Amino acid sequence: MTAIQHAPAIRRISTGRRVKDKIVQGLVYLSFAIAVVPLLSVLWLVLSNGFARLNMEFLTHSMRNIGARDAGGGAYHAIIGTLEQVLLSSVISIPVGLLTAIYLVEYGRGGRLSRAISFFVDVMTGIPSVVSGLFILAFWILALGMPFSGFAGALALSILMMPTVVRSAEEMLLLVPNDLREASYALGVPKWRTIVKVVLPTAFTGIVTGIMLAIARVAGETAPLLLTVFFTDSINTDPFDGPQMGLPLYVFDQSRRPTDVAIDRAWAGALTLILIVMLLNLVARLIGWWRSPARR
Amino acid sequence: MAAIAVFLIVEAVPALQANQGSFLGTLTWTPNNTEPSFGIAALAFGTLLSSLLALVMAVPVAVGVALFISHYAPRRLAGVLGYVIDLLAAVPSVIYGLWGVIFLVPLVQGPYEFIHEYLGFIPLFGGDSVGGHSIMTASIILAIMILPIIAAISREVFLQVPRMHEEAALALGATRWEVIKTAVLPFGRPGVISASMLGLGRAMGETIAVALIFPATFGISFQILAPEGNSIAANIANGFAEAGPIGRGALIASGLVLFIITLLVNTAARLIVARRKEFSGAAA
Repeated sequence: MTAIQHAPAIRRISTGRRVKDKIVQGLVYLSFAIAVVPLLSVLWLVLSNGFARLNMEFLTHSMRNIGARDAGGGAYHAIIGTLEQVLLSSVISIPVGLLTAIYLVEYGRGGRLSRAISFFVDVMTGIPSVVSGLFILAFWILALGMPFSGFAGALALSILMMPTVVRSAEEMLLLVPNDLREASYALGVPKWRTIVKVVLPTAFTGIVTGIMLAIARVAGETAPLLLTVFFTDSINTDPFDGPQMGLPLYVFDQSRRPTDVAIDRAWAGALTLILIVMLLNLVARLIGWWRSPARR
Repeated sequence: MAAIAVFLIVEAVPALQANQGSFLGTLTWTPNNTEPSFGIAALAFGTLLSSLLALVMAVPVAVGVALFISHYAPRRLAGVLGYVIDLLAAVPSVIYGLWGVIFLVPLVQGPYEFIHEYLGFIPLFGGDSVGGHSIMTASIILAIMILPIIAAISREVFLQVPRMHEEAALALGATRWEVIKTAVLPFGRPGVISASMLGLGRAMGETIAVALIFPATFGISFQILAPEGNSIAANIANGFAEAGPIGRGALIASGLVLFIITLLVNTAARLIVARRKEFSGAAA
């Protein structure tokens, strides 16, 4: 206080500037409120409407022989479809994505090829999901004459998943300290063994988290499935033959029907989908927390 | 990448050859008729208009949210809030679509009628009638969907502002707003711009949420409250099930156009980010 009294050059902040400061603060708070309101509204509606319809019948029955205006029916076929498609697309994109990331970090090291790959991965991240569906439709179904199937959907999903996996795995591998690699080389360990035994275990947690988030992202994709998996109301457990269903597709299909029972089914499907996605997110965070360096 | 373009072109060519109208100029989409005729103009217009509107709505709010998390919220709370915003991004788009159709469409009917009644003399809000299934509603949903992306990237950029710049501004007696205006925003501008362009690319490619909203009419109209509108992606989703061979080819052709547009937007965004990296590296 005394310092201020002895320094007359420092004056109080003028009213105009203070008011402006407060106005901006208010605007910032307001914009945050605006952003949160839709989230709360979405979550509330999905939870309240979804739990009203979510029961064992919904989880264990398909929509076969359920007429447009009938109540009842469920999403069993869609849940099976989603799990199979997501599993298949993970099987395709995780190895490819991981190997690409290892190449970029361990072997490429800023060469021309790795810079080109890096650029394409960046651009691929921005491919609209509907375009990846169209590509599989044009390539796999129209050009090669394959049927609509869960596998075609998995191909489309893996196009969307791969860049995410590469990006997150690359970032995690870059975090591994070079000292660890050099210590391993100093012991005479060949490069591939260093990568398998030292680099990958060190980055393991982060990579798994990234993969989980990538899976959660594609699990909610609708548009590529619409073009490659098509619709069905029956249970089809074979992802390589015939149309399947997927949960996002199920929600889309039901919400376009004008009856209340269909809308209820759509909400319950949306809730199931959110629960699956949130579960994956939670698992990712748990793994991150469980294996985090702070706990070792 | 190239394979995507090649196969889309190969499958689109037969339909384009069968097209009786002009692909760039025709304002109808009847590829399944005996005399197929379709054009991209109305769809591309709907895509661009709804995405740009969404961007106009989302960017100020997103910047506000990013500032709130990086500079206003208590440190402890900031991490949690950042997580909440990321959560918004994790909600599947079909759920936003469902929410939009069931909740938002009836909700906006009243306000739209109010605006139409009193501001109808402005062409933007004019038209014969207004309704919830309009470009405006689709834009609102798109804005909600792209907000988390823009906010997350902007937040990262704002957190990277060199501490020195902010402290220098504070030492000169700046209020918090003046610190933001003089130190944070100039540093973060390229980041915010590229984040917005990434959001724009996302909005243009978004399919399901807008497919549920748009009534699938054709035509070019700036009357954003009128119950009409369509976009490339929504048209693919809505038209695919009924499409014949030519119809599929036409949809693939429209997807190719969407692919090229988003590619341009995203590449531009990446280039801006890359330039900024060099710049900040030199300054550090």
